[in-house]
Amino acid sequence: MEMNQSKIVIKNLNFSYKEKLAIRGLNLEVPANEILAVFGPANSGITTLLRSLNRLGDLIPEARVEGEILIDGKNIYAPDVNVTELRRRVGMVFDVPTTLPMSIFDNIALGPRMGKRSKVAVTEMVENALRMAALWDEVKDRLNTPAARLSGGQQQRLCIARVLALEPEVILLDRPCSALDPVSTAKIEDSLRELKEHFTIIIAPHTVQQAARLADKAAFILMGSLIETGPVEKIFADPKDKRTSDYITGRFG
Amino acid sequence: MKASPKTTQRIAKVLIWSSAVLVIVILLAIIFYILIKGIPQINWQFLTEIPRNMGRSGGISSTIVGTLLLTLVAVIIATPFGIGTAFYLTEYTREGRITRIIRFSAESLAGIPSIVYGLFGYIFFVTYLHLGGSVLSGGLTLAIMILPTIIRTSEESIRAVPRLYREVCFSLGGTKWQTITRAVFPSALPGIANGIILSIGRCVAETAAVILTAGSALRMPGSLLSPTRTMAVHFYILAREGISMEKAFGTAALLIILIFLINVVFNMLVNRYVAKGR
Repeated sequence: MEMNQSKIVIKNLNFSYKEKLAIRGLNLEVPANEILAVFGPANSGITTLLRSLNRLGDLIPEARVEGEILIDGKNIYAPDVNVTELRRRVGMVFDVPTTLPMSIFDNIALGPRMGKRSKVAVTEMVENALRMAALWDEVKDRLNTPAARLSGGQQQRLCIARVLALEPEVILLDRPCSALDPVSTAKIEDSLRELKEHFTIIIAPHTVQQAARLADKAAFILMGSLIETGPVEKIFADPKDKRTSDYITGRFG
Repeated sequence: MKASPKTTQRIAKVLIWSSAVLVIVILLAIIFYILIKGIPQINWQFLTEIPRNMGRSGGISSTIVGTLLLTLVAVIIATPFGIGTAFYLTEYTREGRITRIIRFSAESLAGIPSIVYGLFGYIFFVTYLHLGGSVLSGGLTLAIMILPTIIRTSEESIRAVPRLYREVCFSLGGTKWQTITRAVFPSALPGIANGIILSIGRCVAETAAVILTAGSALRMPGSLLSPTRTMAVHFYILAREGISMEKAFGTAALLIILIFLINVVFNMLVNRYVAKGR
């Protein structure tokens, strides 16, 4: 794959719930094998944006989408798109570590099993996913214990492993560390830095600092509109828009 | 004059405590009275022999079998329909006229006296469908009777499953059906099971609807189309006709023990299933 080729291209995206427009005319390109941080104040439409990328927004009956989102050049809102297939390609980690009430193994195996993978393949995928999420050594002896017994940080890494077991192309993370302590956060950031070699990662960071630490590229979003985007050093050192610099320096948000 | 917060606090505490104590004492008094009068009647013969001489002598084996059969038929029929309706209401439709009609019907059904179910079962199953007074007629009638309970408890526990569980399952490429079977149902199961236990209790304890639809025959039911008598009906007839108060108490005590055992076993099964995940 060529470097800096755009994995995802968002064209003039509008997303509305009932009458409320959550995303307005948003254009954004996401390069492959990089980490893009999408940041902005709460209720800016960032969660909505992430959820429109794996069509999880479809679950809301009143939601309406206009515009295009191209992944590898193909519009994911085209009528012939298989949504469950798409969600396998575009995995998502939520803000609250959400393990399902089953064992560690079953949690991670859920995706592959629903994809009708063979038993042997599932076992292998679970181990690979746990290794990639740097959780294997901590849980390998207790794969059959309930996932809820893990610590919050471990549970969130389990959620990342669960997504990795889908063998996705894109990973979306919606404020994945907002409920975690700094040590767990650092562990997750370390794994993400390694994972970007294989995946395209879009993260909604829970702090501006996390965006600066982690991302290659950043996009600042305010009230559902893209204010500016560019390499992360550029955005944080020399933002073009006054609203961006105001937000970064903590004047609002 | 206003009482000080400390005084009201103390009064509230006394009132709450005393209501709890009163309720527990009354319940335990009834249970112990029946058990003390009834347990001496229970022996091997009582459990294994069919009633003789209208129930004056012999055991109550056929009524135990009748009770279990009738309850089993009712639960097996009502559970899938009840859970299915609950899933329809929660996952497959949006709130609107149809859900209101279903919910209103279920709630009305829950409030109807059981004798009315008995009458309906008598007219529809026993007479119109020619099923006669039988295990099947009684079971079908009880199934309709417990349906609202199962629908409502299932619906509540399905609704209590965190929305995030569903979202996680969808985000992992699950279809709606996979999400329901793999994420929602297992989490809702303890609540659903609770509704089934309640329903079993109602079936075991029911008399009016059963007399009209299953009859009160004392012989061992040979098939689903044989008439039968349940323990609750047997107890009612023994006491009401003054046939044998001793046997009546024995039956009542066994009824209590049976309900207790069903509760314990069912809870154990559910807990074992749930424990895998928690």
